[in-house]
Amino acid sequence: MHESLLAFRNRRYLWVALLLVGACIAAYWYDDPQEPANGGTVLGYALGGLGALMIVWLAWFGVRKRRYASTLGTVQGWLSAHVYLGLALVVVVLLHAGFQFGMNLHTFAFVLMLLVILSGLFGVFVYLKYPQRMSENRGGAPRSELVDQLEDIDRRSLRVANNLGAEFAEFVTSGVQRTQLGATLWQRLRGHDTSQILVRRGGETKIVSNRQQETALDWLAEQQSMAGDADTAAAIGELSALIRNKRRLLRQLGEDLKLQAVLEIWLYVHVPLTAALLVALAAHIVTVFLYW
Amino acid sequence: MSFELVIVGGGPAGLSAAAHAEELGLSYVLLEGTSALANTIQRYQKGKHVMAEPAVVPLRSDLAFAAGTREAVLDTWQQGIDSRSVNIRYDAEVTAITGTRPAFDIALADGEHLQAQHVILSIGLQGNPRKLGVPGEDDTFVQYTLDDPDEYKGERIVVVGAGDAAIENAVALARNNSVVIVNRRDEFARVKEGNLNLISRAIEDGTISCFYNSNVASVEPGAAINLNTETGETRVECNRIIARIGAIPPRRFVESCGIEFPNDDPTTLPELSNQYESNVPGLYVIGALGGYPLIKQAMNQGYEVVEFIKGNDILPADHSILEGKFRHLPFDRDVDGTLALIRERISLFADINGLVLRELVLASELLTPKRGDIIFRKNDYTNTFLTIIEGSVEIDTDNGAPIRLEQGQFFGEMSLLSGRRRSATVRAGDNCVLLESPRRDIVKLMNTYEAVRTIIDRFFIIRTLRASLAPDAAQEELEAVAANAELRHFTAGEVLFNEGDAADGLHLIRSGSVSVSRRIGGRDIVTSYVAAGNYVGEMGLVGQKTRSATVRATVATQSVFLSAAVFNQMLERNAGLRERVQTTVKERLSENLRMEAAPEAGDLISFLMQQGLGEATDVLLIDESLCIGCDNCEKACAETHGGTSRLDRAAGPSYAQVHVPTSCRHCEDPHCMKDCPPDAIRRAPNGEVYIQDSCIGCGNCERNCPYGVIQMAGKKEDAPGLLSWLLTGSGAAPGERQPVDANSAEKKAVKCDMCKDLSGGPACVRACPTGAALRMSPAEFVNLTKRAS
Repeated sequence: MHESLLAFRNRRYLWVALLLVGACIAAYWYDDPQEPANGGTVLGYALGGLGALMIVWLAWFGVRKRRYASTLGTVQGWLSAHVYLGLALVVVVLLHAGFQFGMNLHTFAFVLMLLVILSGLFGVFVYLKYPQRMSENRGGAPRSELVDQLEDIDRRSLRVANNLGAEFAEFVTSGVQRTQLGATLWQRLRGHDTSQILVRRGGETKIVSNRQQETALDWLAEQQSMAGDADTAAAIGELSALIRNKRRLLRQLGEDLKLQAVLEIWLYVHVPLTAALLVALAAHIVTVFLYW
Repeated sequence: MSFELVIVGGGPAGLSAAAHAEELGLSYVLLEGTSALANTIQRYQKGKHVMAEPAVVPLRSDLAFAAGTREAVLDTWQQGIDSRSVNIRYDAEVTAITGTRPAFDIALADGEHLQAQHVILSIGLQGNPRKLGVPGEDDTFVQYTLDDPDEYKGERIVVVGAGDAAIENAVALARNNSVVIVNRRDEFARVKEGNLNLISRAIEDGTISCFYNSNVASVEPGAAINLNTETGETRVECNRIIARIGAIPPRRFVESCGIEFPNDDPTTLPELSNQYESNVPGLYVIGALGGYPLIKQAMNQGYEVVEFIKGNDILPADHSILEGKFRHLPFDRDVDGTLALIRERISLFADINGLVLRELVLASELLTPKRGDIIFRKNDYTNTFLTIIEGSVEIDTDNGAPIRLEQGQFFGEMSLLSGRRRSATVRAGDNCVLLESPRRDIVKLMNTYEAVRTIIDRFFIIRTLRASLAPDAAQEELEAVAANAELRHFTAGEVLFNEGDAADGLHLIRSGSVSVSRRIGGRDIVTSYVAAGNYVGEMGLVGQKTRSATVRATVATQSVFLSAAVFNQMLERNAGLRERVQTTVKERLSENLRMEAAPEAGDLISFLMQQGLGEATDVLLIDESLCIGCDNCEKACAETHGGTSRLDRAAGPSYAQVHVPTSCRHCEDPHCMKDCPPDAIRRAPNGEVYIQDSCIGCGNCERNCPYGVIQMAGKKEDAPGLLSWLLTGSGAAPGERQPVDANSAEKKAVKCDMCKDLSGGPACVRACPTGAALRMSPAEFVNLTKRAS
């Protein structure tokens, strides 16, 4: 209960990985081939075969994750093993290659593998750190509730604005219509608020940025200072308070979208690179046997 | 006019009776109060799929009936009565039935009187819609139902009423029309929260305008409605008026005919003979009003009752089913003989009506276990009720000698009443014949027969006392205690007793659960959660004389209350009791100390209780500090259950990083099981509450579930092969299968079944990559708090 994927079953797969790495290092240490250590020695082939099997097994996680009726372990156990054995793979493959690199297909496959593992490490990091941040940011409410609150504030602002006259109605309506968060992936990752609003100055209308609702709040402050009577001033004050609330919600939602995006984005590197790695691995194996 | 037979009510039962009366050449008339047949089914939504349960019972009627859309079913009946020229009178509202066989007088709303030798009442339970009560109420300008809100466009429509039906109609109509709603109060009280939000928002936005504190003064057909509002009379021009102001329950009318009800419970039905005859000779009751809510049963009764009236003592349609059930019994008696034997031997059933007993046996199983066979095991989640027709059974006890129950006695009432696991293992003795009845039918019986309830309640108290307080006490002593015990009911949140109150007695929690809290530093800190089957209030009785904590019901709770005097008497007579209670007190005190040291743990328990988890048996929780929001839990649920996920991960509140998603918590006393016409919702021995295929899609469970975890879902497309989807992307992604036919109304209720048919356990938990999804019982909540503290 409450075990993170690293702590799963007393770090069972950490020990499996360490044992595997230890065995490979020991074999490498005691091995005394005719030629310098490389993929072509007996041990080299053995380690190469092991590495290839591990890569295929690691990629198989994508299948196991979706075999929902499978009773072969749990997905958490598989992921825990996936992380530890994925890290162990670096050592296995380095020993397989006998630390020899070059400008060739073989090293290319190795680099791809490293990129996959590095992106995976980033994934482990965000999986461990981000959920808590998201939960704290939302303060116990689901995202849908924050969106509902936002819609509710918009509705109430429009009602107050309608009572204040056409100018306010137009202004607030445009602010509501042009509220925008995370329109593109990049903006989502940056947590950018790209809201805009329509401002009328001396008969001219202009669409300007309303990031963090700043333009709206400035304009309302200006209007409030010029308000003719106490009732109008109070209504504008109410509107300001609503928009400040909206700003707080937008910040929360923006942060939520950002954290969610980071939680997902690395998979768009990890998975395609894995596909590329599998192709490169196949090419590596074929060429090795071709030039045998 | 005079008839041999008058049938009142043109629903499935009445139509079937009329068709058979026509077939047998009786002089008869069928009176239908509205302008169309089968009013209740007419009021179903357009295209709704009508099911033909129970499948085991054959249809016995001159009219055809098979599962299909509302329209197809109604068409079949209409054609059936047209082709037979069944004598049916529409808009013939009956206002009074007086007399007895063979001279009934039936008064109609238009002042006409009919005479009849026999009368069949088949008016259902829905009642007639309440009318506006002002001139013009019967004009077509005013309608009391709404078939299809999209039928009207660009009209100005006045909706009268403030209930769920009125709100749903008003909101749906407001999409294409200008809608005014008339509420005679100053707020929308007693409606579903969702509807309250919908109407409040619509009124705030101005999409619907509302007259509060207003009554209908008069109707100007085709033109307007006049309202008495707070500020005086107002005329509202409109194109139509839709009145949804509830229905008049039929009970008062039924009683006015001379039919007696056994008690005042609103769910009680009149008592009937084996031939559906009421206490008024010649006045028969069939269909839902007679306790048979399913269409096929009602139609069968329509046929049978006409045969009975003709003097033909035909065997009921269920005769062969009972014959099959009784075949393996060692009694060598026919169906009626066996039923008589059951009544004779089981005193609990001595006074119940023959039809009710027959229905109970029909719903029950007859078991003939061999000596030593286990009937049920301790900690099973079954909740059937068993009576011993012959032989004996033995109940295992913790300390040696088993308790023996003989012919005529019953067992299983503990789980039946508390909704909790079986408290002991029961084994069959020699030549054992048992009647195992479903919980639902016994609960119905208890609601109808006060005597049955009293007996079961008394045994429950005696056996609970024996199990939890005084295993060695003499039976007479416990009976005396039971006679002085008091059954108390508490609503969710109600206080059993407050900290500082004088300690006046002990509560044995019979169903539901309670939370115990103490006031520390000006704040209520929850220190423990006590489930049904345990007791609270013992501290004030053995030590200090005032209550040391406040005890509050977390959900609707029943307790057996023993006064201090009765309890102290028991203490004196039973040597081991004081010791046992003191052990409990010691355990509770140390638990209190632990919880008081970590008040935030108590806050988490309070939060979970506020989510209604006090009545849960097994709940899905999500540790938000681990959840990455991948929804693999939902996908796993969907892919292992025909494409529809039964859980909504993101929905629901969180506290201290513990998230309660919208997902079934398998309540101790499931709300969903309360009103399932085909009895399709069952509880498996391990506690899983699940829905069988016999679901008729009525939606009662969806409405009755306070936690919104049941949905109505149609069939989804087949899943593609996983590898072919991964490699080629063809077919639907996991969790995204689309309905086979988006327009089909054939939907059934679906809910979490805890993957009881999958080896390995709940797929949601097994599919969680980070270990965030957890399933646990309320007793394990304390483990969560250990982490939180």
